[in-house]
Amino acid sequence: MIKVEGVTKRYGPAVAVKNVSFKVERGEIVGFLGPNGAGKTTTMRILTGFLPPTEGTALVGGYDVQKEPIEVKKRIGYLPETPPLYPEMEVVDYLRFVAKLKGIESGDENRRIDSVIDRTSIGDVKDKLIGKLSKGYRQRVGLAQALIHSPDVLVLDEPTSGLDPKQIIEVRELIRSLAGEHTIILSTHILPEVSGTCGRVIIINEGRIEANDTPENLTSQLQGAQAVRLEVDGPEDEVLRRLGDVPGVNAVSCENAAGRLVCRVEAEKDPETPRRLADAVVNLGWGLYGMQSLSLSLEDIFLKLTDHDKAPAARDAVADPEAADPAAEPPEEVNE
Amino acid sequence: MKNVAAIAMREFKVYFSSPIAYIVLAMFAAIFGYFFSTGLAYFAQFSAQAAMQGGGMGMPPLNINQFVVAPSLGNMTIVLLFLVPMITMRLFAEEKRSGTVELLLTSPVKDYEIIIGKWLGAMLLFCAMLLVAVINLSLLFFYTTPDWRPMLVALLGLILMGGAMTAVGAFLSTLTKNQIVAAALTFGFLLLLWVLNWATSFSNSTLSELFEFLALSPHFEQFSKGVIELKDCTYYISAIALGLFLSKRSLESLRWRA
Repeated sequence: MIKVEGVTKRYGPAVAVKNVSFKVERGEIVGFLGPNGAGKTTTMRILTGFLPPTEGTALVGGYDVQKEPIEVKKRIGYLPETPPLYPEMEVVDYLRFVAKLKGIESGDENRRIDSVIDRTSIGDVKDKLIGKLSKGYRQRVGLAQALIHSPDVLVLDEPTSGLDPKQIIEVRELIRSLAGEHTIILSTHILPEVSGTCGRVIIINEGRIEANDTPENLTSQLQGAQAVRLEVDGPEDEVLRRLGDVPGVNAVSCENAAGRLVCRVEAEKDPETPRRLADAVVNLGWGLYGMQSLSLSLEDIFLKLTDHDKAPAARDAVADPEAADPAAEPPEEVNE
Repeated sequence: MKNVAAIAMREFKVYFSSPIAYIVLAMFAAIFGYFFSTGLAYFAQFSAQAAMQGGGMGMPPLNINQFVVAPSLGNMTIVLLFLVPMITMRLFAEEKRSGTVELLLTSPVKDYEIIIGKWLGAMLLFCAMLLVAVINLSLLFFYTTPDWRPMLVALLGLILMGGAMTAVGAFLSTLTKNQIVAAALTFGFLLLLWVLNWATSFSNSTLSELFEFLALSPHFEQFSKGVIELKDCTYYISAIALGLFLSKRSLESLRWRA
């Protein structure tokens, strides 16, 4: 459905996007993940025909974005970061205007408008001035605008930015409900959004694609390691030594919590490792009170991937077990 | 064509959901009303005097077209210098500021459709403004028998001149995100075009002829007398085409610079 090949975008001497290539199949939801200024918006603007690429080609539904922009634009619904709304218009009038722009036949207009109003649940504000709407409703009207011509491809630039948690959940659900009939590309710098909604993640940093895979594969394979949390009672240095001797284990760290030791064991990817760890503890006669496999979250990978050429200090911070412990660190911090 | 109409109608309606349309219409009505009624009062006074002094001694009766209609419409051309920037300032500047230009540029619409739609929207308001003048003028037909043909020609001239000014304003509005800047640029530029022939009007050099041709106001003189001249029409229509063409290039460049 979407094919991007070797796309580079320069703004004068500054390079916003560097030789980016990827494909998106029909019906996929793909998340663009990256820090602010990574080139997400630029890539999306190139796809929607708002900006021409400096080099490379982008195809949407088989049409070249530069050579046949009108055909591409007919097939794309685009919600920019700031929804393109006219505050002085009423919601219905606005949607009617957009419907005309998108080339919907006048006989079809009312049906399409009703359908997107229904879809995005903005029925109770449809006669209000857009300027009077809350941020959440504006975002929905923005989505309604993008959906009105039932495009094959939906491009959503940070669809949940600036919304409150409840609105975020609603918008995410809405996006998920659109999967299947539309191919969706959404950008975000919020990690849970990607793991929650997207079938595939493309991580962009400084204009380059750093990774392109499913969230699951990214969390498991890319990592090449696993972490296990053990709750044990036993002498601390003994535990540290013995667990460290288990084959495949790379690092062990423990801390005392209410008379028991809570240990974090990092080991190579091997399904046998948890069993070996449990055996070791039990065979030595210590009590095993808890055991949990810690999945390394997208956040860890994200930080690792986007930090690789930063100062060593930054890398150390990530390697710090506390910072990397997903259980101890809900993703809120990255949300900011 | 459908796109042009959709954009033009939206633009026209938006004028009325902001104070701009009302301000522009009210100012036009007030100023035109002033010129028209004072002109009419003088005309009545002079005709009475003429009738008393020379009652039918071979003197033709005073011509109301010449004494009232032409000057009051002619005076309005200066008022347009102030009103047109108010009409055109928001055309593109506002879209650029609020980001809605992204909607237009990512919709299956050609650039020239956007430009022409916007310009037509502004022209609709301009014509609504002229309608005020038409209402005033039509009152004359109740009391006397003015010649309607020169009136129409003068109105046509105003529309052409307004079209040219609006096209220039539309172009200048594509250059900035700030409506005030757009209005100031437009006013400054139109004023310059207006006074272009003043300084050189006493010399006969080629430069002065060129300025005379480029200036905005001399081309209206013939229209106000009820004469349609090809060179005046050509001037205004070329100015419209140039303004719209520059707007299109400027809109395109937005894609490269954005």
